[in-house]
Amino acid sequence: MKLKKTVITGLAIAATLGAAPAFSAGEQFIGLTSYRVGPYAAGGSGIFGGLIDYMSLVNARDGGINGVKLVWEECETEYNNARGVECYERLKTKGPTGNTVVHPLSTGITYSLIDKATADKIPIISLGYGRTDATDGSVFPYVFPLVTNYWSQNTAKIKFIGMKEGGMDKLKGKKIVNIYHDSAYGKETIPVLDVQAKKYGFSVTHVPVAHPGNEQQSQWLQVRQIKPDWVILRGWGVMNPTALKSAAKIGFPREKIVGVWWSGAEEDTIPAGSAAKGFIAAGFNVAGANYPVIKDIQKFVYAKGNGNMEDKSRVGSVYYNRGVVHGILTVEAIRTAQEKFGKGKPITGEQMRWGIEHLNVDAKKLKALGAEGFMPDLKVTCSDHEGSGKVKFQQWDGKKWNVITDWIDADQSIVRPMIEESAAKYAKEKGIKPRDCSKES
Amino acid sequence: MQFFFEVLIGGLLSGVMYSLVALGFVLIYKASGVFNFAQGAMVFFAALTFVGLMQDYNLPFWLAMLVALGAMVMLGILTERIVLRPLVNQPPITLFMATIGLTFFIEGMAQGFWGANVRGLDLGIEDVPIEWLAERYGIFTSKFDIFSAAIAGILVAVLAIFFQRTKVGRALRAVADDHQAALAVGIPLQQIWRIVWGVAGFVALVAGMLWGARNGVQFALTFVALKALPVLILGGFESIPGAIVGGLIIGASEKLAEVYIGPFVGGGIESWFPYVLALLFLLVRPEGLFGEKHIDRV
Repeated sequence: MKLKKTVITGLAIAATLGAAPAFSAGEQFIGLTSYRVGPYAAGGSGIFGGLIDYMSLVNARDGGINGVKLVWEECETEYNNARGVECYERLKTKGPTGNTVVHPLSTGITYSLIDKATADKIPIISLGYGRTDATDGSVFPYVFPLVTNYWSQNTAKIKFIGMKEGGMDKLKGKKIVNIYHDSAYGKETIPVLDVQAKKYGFSVTHVPVAHPGNEQQSQWLQVRQIKPDWVILRGWGVMNPTALKSAAKIGFPREKIVGVWWSGAEEDTIPAGSAAKGFIAAGFNVAGANYPVIKDIQKFVYAKGNGNMEDKSRVGSVYYNRGVVHGILTVEAIRTAQEKFGKGKPITGEQMRWGIEHLNVDAKKLKALGAEGFMPDLKVTCSDHEGSGKVKFQQWDGKKWNVITDWIDADQSIVRPMIEESAAKYAKEKGIKPRDCSKES
Repeated sequence: MQFFFEVLIGGLLSGVMYSLVALGFVLIYKASGVFNFAQGAMVFFAALTFVGLMQDYNLPFWLAMLVALGAMVMLGILTERIVLRPLVNQPPITLFMATIGLTFFIEGMAQGFWGANVRGLDLGIEDVPIEWLAERYGIFTSKFDIFSAAIAGILVAVLAIFFQRTKVGRALRAVADDHQAALAVGIPLQQIWRIVWGVAGFVALVAGMLWGARNGVQFALTFVALKALPVLILGGFESIPGAIVGGLIIGASEKLAEVYIGPFVGGGIESWFPYVLALLFLLVRPEGLFGEKHIDRV
């Protein structure tokens, strides 16, 4: 049983507790505020598993980044803000140059760390979560909601619905219900949806679901009364399979439900069984093991018995592949920073910030990395800490996710002014003087 | 009016699911006066063990259920031996705190044994509307919800017979009424506690299987215990029929409140509305609908 492995791991940890892990001078340390137990362990283990496996691949296949080996240490947060901060503090001075970058994998922990990490000059990568307005790097120099934020994703989602309806003009008069997790995360897209509803002439009804969302009968009966053309599902955890099951109970077609990427993993659809068939979700990474980067992980890491995933069948799943995206961007940012600050030397958090802010993973680079079609290209700048805004849509066929669109761009004409307004408000509240990005090099 | 009945029926059926979890609390409280905070964790562990045995060890349904039941009985026996027995005669708050500790232990143990993956569970009953009801009356009621209600009904009937008609059941009731008096007439308290924890484990297994089939077997199963608390306040901590009636009232009222009051207050009220209702009820009838009135000498 897995207990045996757990016990052995526990004994090994206990045995090494007395001696802190020693990191060599030439290594690049990454402190991982991970979660592998507790309510959100499925997501945490998948994403951190993918991230660690990618770093292992770079060490095993390439000998590190220009000879600099990547080393890491995990600290269990259980998705708890206080523990997240504690882990951050515990890890920040480790390694020859301190912690290089933080992946909080929690909007709450991200919020808790913004001031601290900025003061400590350690960049935060909040990939697909966190503060949307942190996209404005002039106000948030150390926070990077890379690839795509919630508002960008939401505009892409409406574009997708428009495509399905035969054009954006066909959205006029349509009814959309936004079923959202009744939390800061769930409410985040209400303003942008309202703006889009006004712009395109559709009506939107926002229906909250109380945490954790394991009961949704009343919400879906309301959906039945409203008779919407589409439902947007902004769920998290158990709320997702429950929503799909509840939709089946009222006979609402699952192919008319479009989820966010926190609704679009195997962990969201498998528990719903046949009720999930046809469900569509946005994603900034796709599922599948048939990409060169995943094949390399299999060849250089798992074939040698060094893989991080206990359940190897999860390699290639949505969460795992998202972890690989985390790995690719982290490694490429270190590489970019090394090119400026000295190849073959570990970089500091401040240098990493520069590296992320000058990250340019174009189509050619993606192909070289074996990640063509796996994730979108991105170019980060001082003013744009998102760098892409593109998503693909995947549909669950009852057994696996299938990609059904190409990358769809966000509608920046809606998103950017909202980000700048929100970031400016934050800057005013905090007394931050925004950087002049035209003077940044 | 048809919509109202649809919400009402849906609420009543959801209430039955809450009652299933509440039953486990009632059994332990009734026999030992312990409010078992770990009941939600037991539901999670039972469901995860059952589905893990089927998926990881390819055990057939009934064998997996039997082994999972054995694991729950073993957990009950160990809880009695390691946690409760050393705390006999300690204040109730001490026993309550011990069950809080037990909660974290069981949650960790469940994920340690079976991993953190979210698992699907198919009991072979479709969670889709009953066609003739939908076609004839326009009311959408799930086959699975009806099945769950039937299971809950059978469970209550079995427990009622067990408590009323068997020797062990009578001994359980005697212990519930007065520990000291029960001991004085030779009823083995520790054995009774083991049986009660074992039966609570069985109830947790049934609840876990039904909730797991409904929403997936995942950590969130531990949260269903939160739905049982207002049911217990309303129905009474010591009454099996109270758990059922309390569940029905809570289920129906929270759904009706969400649909008819929710839109005026921003929605999402079904998480707290049952607690408000229970609190109001506490003011009028602190012992709950079917709870026993305790009068202590001061």
